[in-house]
Amino acid sequence: MSEPSESPSERSSWFGELWRSWPGRIGAALVGILVLAAVVSLVWTPYDPKQVEPRQKWLPVSWGHPFGTDGAGKDLLSQVLVGARTTLLVAVLTVVLAAVVGLTLGVLSAITPRLVGESLAYVIDVLIALPTLILALVFVAALGGSVWTVSLALGIGSGVVLARVVRAEVSRVLTQDYMITATASGSSTWRSIWRHILPNIASTVIVQLSLIAALAVLAEAALSFLGLTPVSTPSWGRMLESLQQTITVHPGALVFPGLAVVGATLGFNLLGDALRDAVDPRLRGRSATVSPVFSSVVDRVEDPAIAPVSGGGGT
Amino acid sequence: MTEPLLTATGIRRVYPLPRPSLFGGRAERVALDGVDVTIPEGGSLGIVGESGSGKSTLVRILLGLDGATAGTVTYRGQPIRPGRPRPMRWFRREAQVVLQDPLSSLDPRMTIRSVIREPLVCLDVPGDHDARITEVLEAVGIDPAWRTRYPHELSGGQQQRVAIARAIAPGPRLLVGDEPVSALDVSVRIQILDLLRRLADDFELTLVLVSHDLGVVNYLCDEVMVLRNGVAVEQGPTGRVFAAPAHEYTRQLLDAVPRLP
Amino acid sequence: MTTLLEVEDLTVTIGGRPVVDGVSFVVVEGGRLGVIGESGSGKTMTALAIVGLTPDGAEVTGRVRLDGEDLVGRADRSYAALRGERVAMVFQDPRTALNPVMRVGRQISEPLRLHRGTGRREAARLAVELCERVGLPDPERTARAYPHQLSGGQRQRVGIAMALACRPALLIADEPTTALDVTVQAEVMALLRELVVSDGTALLFISHDIALVSGVVDDVLVMRDGRIVERGPVATITGAPEHPYTRQLLDAARRTSYGRRS
Repeated sequence: MSEPSESPSERSSWFGELWRSWPGRIGAALVGILVLAAVVSLVWTPYDPKQVEPRQKWLPVSWGHPFGTDGAGKDLLSQVLVGARTTLLVAVLTVVLAAVVGLTLGVLSAITPRLVGESLAYVIDVLIALPTLILALVFVAALGGSVWTVSLALGIGSGVVLARVVRAEVSRVLTQDYMITATASGSSTWRSIWRHILPNIASTVIVQLSLIAALAVLAEAALSFLGLTPVSTPSWGRMLESLQQTITVHPGALVFPGLAVVGATLGFNLLGDALRDAVDPRLRGRSATVSPVFSSVVDRVEDPAIAPVSGGGGT
Repeated sequence: MTEPLLTATGIRRVYPLPRPSLFGGRAERVALDGVDVTIPEGGSLGIVGESGSGKSTLVRILLGLDGATAGTVTYRGQPIRPGRPRPMRWFRREAQVVLQDPLSSLDPRMTIRSVIREPLVCLDVPGDHDARITEVLEAVGIDPAWRTRYPHELSGGQQQRVAIARAIAPGPRLLVGDEPVSALDVSVRIQILDLLRRLADDFELTLVLVSHDLGVVNYLCDEVMVLRNGVAVEQGPTGRVFAAPAHEYTRQLLDAVPRLP
Repeated sequence: MTTLLEVEDLTVTIGGRPVVDGVSFVVVEGGRLGVIGESGSGKTMTALAIVGLTPDGAEVTGRVRLDGEDLVGRADRSYAALRGERVAMVFQDPRTALNPVMRVGRQISEPLRLHRGTGRREAARLAVELCERVGLPDPERTARAYPHQLSGGQRQRVGIAMALACRPALLIADEPTTALDVTVQAEVMALLRELVVSDGTALLFISHDIALVSGVVDDVLVMRDGRIVERGPVATITGAPEHPYTRQLLDAARRTSYGRRS
């Protein structure tokens, strides 16, 4: 038998894998900054974001005010920092809710017997037809605007879209031979879902959830821009709304909340892509230039530990 | 005369086809039409057929993974029907399967160790699981230190060895192979076939092998059954059937196989 | 005998690794050469390199001379002019080799219209003739069918019809019958043999199945890990192989053939 050598999958953890690619680094960094801003703002901001200082209005970027001030003299950096809290909260709540809704509906509609599963699929399709933002407006009108109602609406709206994707993926996994052998090994339904189905749809689900997070950032900004969230809740969207009234005179100030929204959205997108690759054991230890499908064939030929050895345990 | 291990009588499997029109009758596809199988303990049966013969369907029915439209399957006197996982466990401990595509039969997200551990855990196999994993890996010729590897890091032949290790881990009496070597290279095929034969001897297994490849069945099985369009056209000892086939179709199959000069 | 295809020192490197490593051989006009190898031997990549269809990121060096002209490194356009016209390929999987949304007759007539400039109606007529030639039942109706309406064997016949539409000088067949039932395989092989002989087409037949190859070619190359380990006439290779790998392959093949039990 051949010498055991360290397998590529043992060498790196998923975080190490994430860090290897540029999208992973940038995505992680951007999201990291968002989280940092949100957390820091809980205990400290350079100035009180709500404090009005008429004499400090429209100050340019300076060491004292890295982002400058707005028309009421409020420090922009502090506003952006506390706004990050809302953005992060909405993104996280939406993702969690979407995951619960999407996975439950999706898995159920794929594994239950024909009649039930397909009826459920029709219901999902109908729900998808409801535009998420309109749903959010309805929720806000009915339940009042707040981080919770917005997240609820976004979570359900994107959850049903996710359910469709999950249903397709689970159906694909069900055709794989390892599902048959799991049954032959005595695995219960629940165990098969937990140990086989979920890990194998993880890649797709992670990417979808990152897109949902990105959309939640944008949706939250849009809804608060429209004034649907309470004034007391700090938000980038609200900042944009008040700053755009003086856009012709002071265009520069808009850049900061704008960049924040773009940065957060981009960060979630990139992070999702990189996470998907980091989590797949087939892609570990591989250089980014060679396509994973092809390199697995080529790798096997080269690694001496698994090259065919005559007459023994090699093949 | 010992009681046969597995018997199937009058197996019929019919699939309803989608209605061509709202008013026409429902068409159906007959995958199996009255097939009888008898497998003695310690025997080895090869089921030979081309695509559409129903051989894979038959195997799934024998293993209780699919239900027959008519007919019965009996294992050691007990009826076998597909059902919920828990009541089937006793049977799963006795009968295991090795499938054709080694890469797709192993969950790409699970390490070799997890793959082999699964039946041990789910079927409540007593004893030290880790020791058993080492034991079966050695029995199939895989270095036990590789238990931390993932399926895609192994060659096709090695993956199939792992699949076999997983199948024998719970200590079954009956091992069913559905085209177990068809996806493998010729030189690897021989190794896996020899492995199966050796394991059958060492662990006293009864073998059922499904294949489109006559040579494979010839190499490993004492008895052969030839299926065509859901019907068993010929059955008997391998040597006799292949040397002096009684049915026209069997002769056709034998003639069609390319022969080395 | 005129040399049709001359491959000299062909090397295909992917990701720094030589998948085909210094392969050289010759195919004469009307000649029939078999390439035997297992997975990873580089046999398919060799064929792809000859027709210029290697994947992106693959580096091809060496010489591939067709009709005396070197093909390696040519732009895809000039390759395209040759494919179907001088050299055609039949692939393994009948399910994916045909366009699922195009009728079969149209797929067969495509090379005719591309290379010969044949008009639509004339090409359609020729396509039906080709369907008949490859033994497809009810050629007129079959030509109007979509690939999924045909069986695997029928689809492979269509693949052969497409390949031979412009009467290429060289036909490369890569495991053309591997995905087919053994009785269907026998029929398709008989068809291939007959067409190749009657048209005088040269044949490069790639397979892992020695017995199959030996029935249709005159000479054989045995490939392993990208290199040719042995070559010679079919009778010599199967009767008195010299290289240990060839012997190993033949031994395995004989033992898993349905002859006398060992």
